[in-house]
Amino acid sequence: MKRIALLGMPNTGKSTLFNRISGASARVGNWPGITVDLMSVKILLGGHIAELVDLPGLYDLHGFSDDEQVVRHFLSRNPVDLVMIVLNSSQIDRQLSLALQIRALGLPAILMLNMSDEARRSGITIDAAAMAQQLHMPVLQISAKYGNGCPEALKLAARTLEQPHSHPAPEEINALLQADSAIEHEMEAIIKSTVAMPAQLTDQVTTRIDQVLLHPWLGLPLFFAAMYLLFQFIFTVGKPLQDVIAWLLQILRTDLLDPLLATAPTWLQGLLLDGIYNGVGTVAAFIPIIVLFFLIMTMVEDSGYLSRAAFLMDALMSKMGLDGRGFVMMLMGFGCNVPALMGTRVMRSRGMRLLTMLVIPLSLCSARLQVFLFITATLFTAQHAPLVLFSLYLVSFSTIFLTAMLYKGRFPNNEPFILELPPYRFPTPRQIWLRGWHEVRHFLNRASKFIVIGVLLVWALTNLPPGVAAASSATWAGHIGDFFAPVLNPIGIDSQLALALIFGFVAKEIVIGALAVIYGLQGDALMHVMAQRLDWVQGMSFMLFTLIYTPCLSTIATLKAESKSMGFTLLSIAWSLGLAWVVSFIFYQSARALGF
Amino acid sequence: MNMTSLTSLHPGQNATIHAIHAEDSLFQRLAALGFRIGKKIELVRRASFNGPVHVRIGTTDIILRLSEARRIQITH
Repeated sequence: MKRIALLGMPNTGKSTLFNRISGASARVGNWPGITVDLMSVKILLGGHIAELVDLPGLYDLHGFSDDEQVVRHFLSRNPVDLVMIVLNSSQIDRQLSLALQIRALGLPAILMLNMSDEARRSGITIDAAAMAQQLHMPVLQISAKYGNGCPEALKLAARTLEQPHSHPAPEEINALLQADSAIEHEMEAIIKSTVAMPAQLTDQVTTRIDQVLLHPWLGLPLFFAAMYLLFQFIFTVGKPLQDVIAWLLQILRTDLLDPLLATAPTWLQGLLLDGIYNGVGTVAAFIPIIVLFFLIMTMVEDSGYLSRAAFLMDALMSKMGLDGRGFVMMLMGFGCNVPALMGTRVMRSRGMRLLTMLVIPLSLCSARLQVFLFITATLFTAQHAPLVLFSLYLVSFSTIFLTAMLYKGRFPNNEPFILELPPYRFPTPRQIWLRGWHEVRHFLNRASKFIVIGVLLVWALTNLPPGVAAASSATWAGHIGDFFAPVLNPIGIDSQLALALIFGFVAKEIVIGALAVIYGLQGDALMHVMAQRLDWVQGMSFMLFTLIYTPCLSTIATLKAESKSMGFTLLSIAWSLGLAWVVSFIFYQSARALGF
Repeated sequence: MNMTSLTSLHPGQNATIHAIHAEDSLFQRLAALGFRIGKKIELVRRASFNGPVHVRIGTTDIILRLSEARRIQITH
């Protein structure tokens, strides 16, 4: 099978072209030694199946950034039959160097000048035929967004693949990549003779929008207002959708699965329904949120606003070793950690991405909020409850800040903060839907197995050995709670609460349900008994622990899928558990010492 | 002729890039984005609280932190 690599600078519409060619069928491939996801798709080209791989955007083949290393790593280890180079027509005067670098490697290549519609509007004319002659490489003007020239590009690729080429072996490329050549002069000569460009061109619409959105005083308030609206949109629309899915799963269970399994032994019922089926339900609950999140994020990212957000927030974030884009993901983490973690893929420096992924699970997500609402209503007066909630948000921000400050040295950012501000563009509905679809499939492929196994494990711990009452102290989970009593007593967490924390590993949404099972009571009766057995200091300590320790299995699964590192995932779990204990300990012991 | 760093420009002012004092990796990234000696550069705006600067070179708008902008010498 022939292999085609798609290569281009960031913000050239390379992924748009890839999505246009691949439709919804692209897969995340596995490439040895590469820690970022590379999408690939099998396409029919001139009667043969070819594999098209979307390489990360890069500025320079000899560059030092993580993505540039990934591309070098890929080209020098995997044989490539054709490179399709995508460049932004409006910036051809500086981007052409990439095509010259590829040509210097001796790889067969075709050059696609994308965004030709935009370039034409701003008065840039390119003599593609003359450029092709000088480059010794076919050149085609296309618009990946609207599809103009894309079929021709594929035909051209098929023709080029059929021509016999002597391609360099990957090892030779490796050697060539070490050497640098002066490409500058040739680029200038080609541009001069083939491109006509206004001296300085600016997109008037973009300039005018930026005057408002990046205004010295208005910029930040507008940014927070926009974030608030997007946040509200995702979670007010997402919640009913999640409820519908939960309702459908419940109907399926009561009308079909329960009668079907009525004659099965109790343990099998528990295993299949409370274990596996609930695990599937946990996975399903995330689907609407992930789709909505990426519908919104695609608009924010592709419109060019995310880079503007980075501009506005960078002063604060740079002190934490993060950048403004990390701030957007952190904010979204306050809704749900899972899509926020997936969204960090926009950060191209691995160090900074890992640091952002380490702090996101500390954001007080909406699932944790439910637990806190219940407990504050149980243990605090209506006057004090809002203060308690507010203090939990403060703790959440403080732990994020502390974690970033402590770990920024361990995850250094090796990418200079130099970002392009692309002109404002609106993504097409097709681009938006494809992104949402890809992300959900990615989540299901990577995380669902892990989540179902985790739910099953917690079910086993809280229901076995056979014959004991579920969620009682006689279960394995009860024994674990007893085992950890010496650690949990100093933070005021008794054996019942310890059991609830074990359930909480699955998802915070089920903590209240778990408490109901543990105490054998529901609703007001549960609140009443909890208020009798626990005082507010214990309740607060429990909430602090719940806030900081591992948010849920889905977050762990996503951390592992996105970081591709078990070590990092374990670090995140261990750090959050340790920090949760220390914070609860300090709170509980000082409150007791003060006589509360 | 007055040689200073890019950070001394006021919003709306133009200048010419005179020198870039940067190590290889930064130099390469700047070059790829169009920062070359002799090119015209405009400072479009500054972010609040000593945040990044927004500059324009030819067809490209770029934001960069002050620490990087200081490495770029200009004449105007």
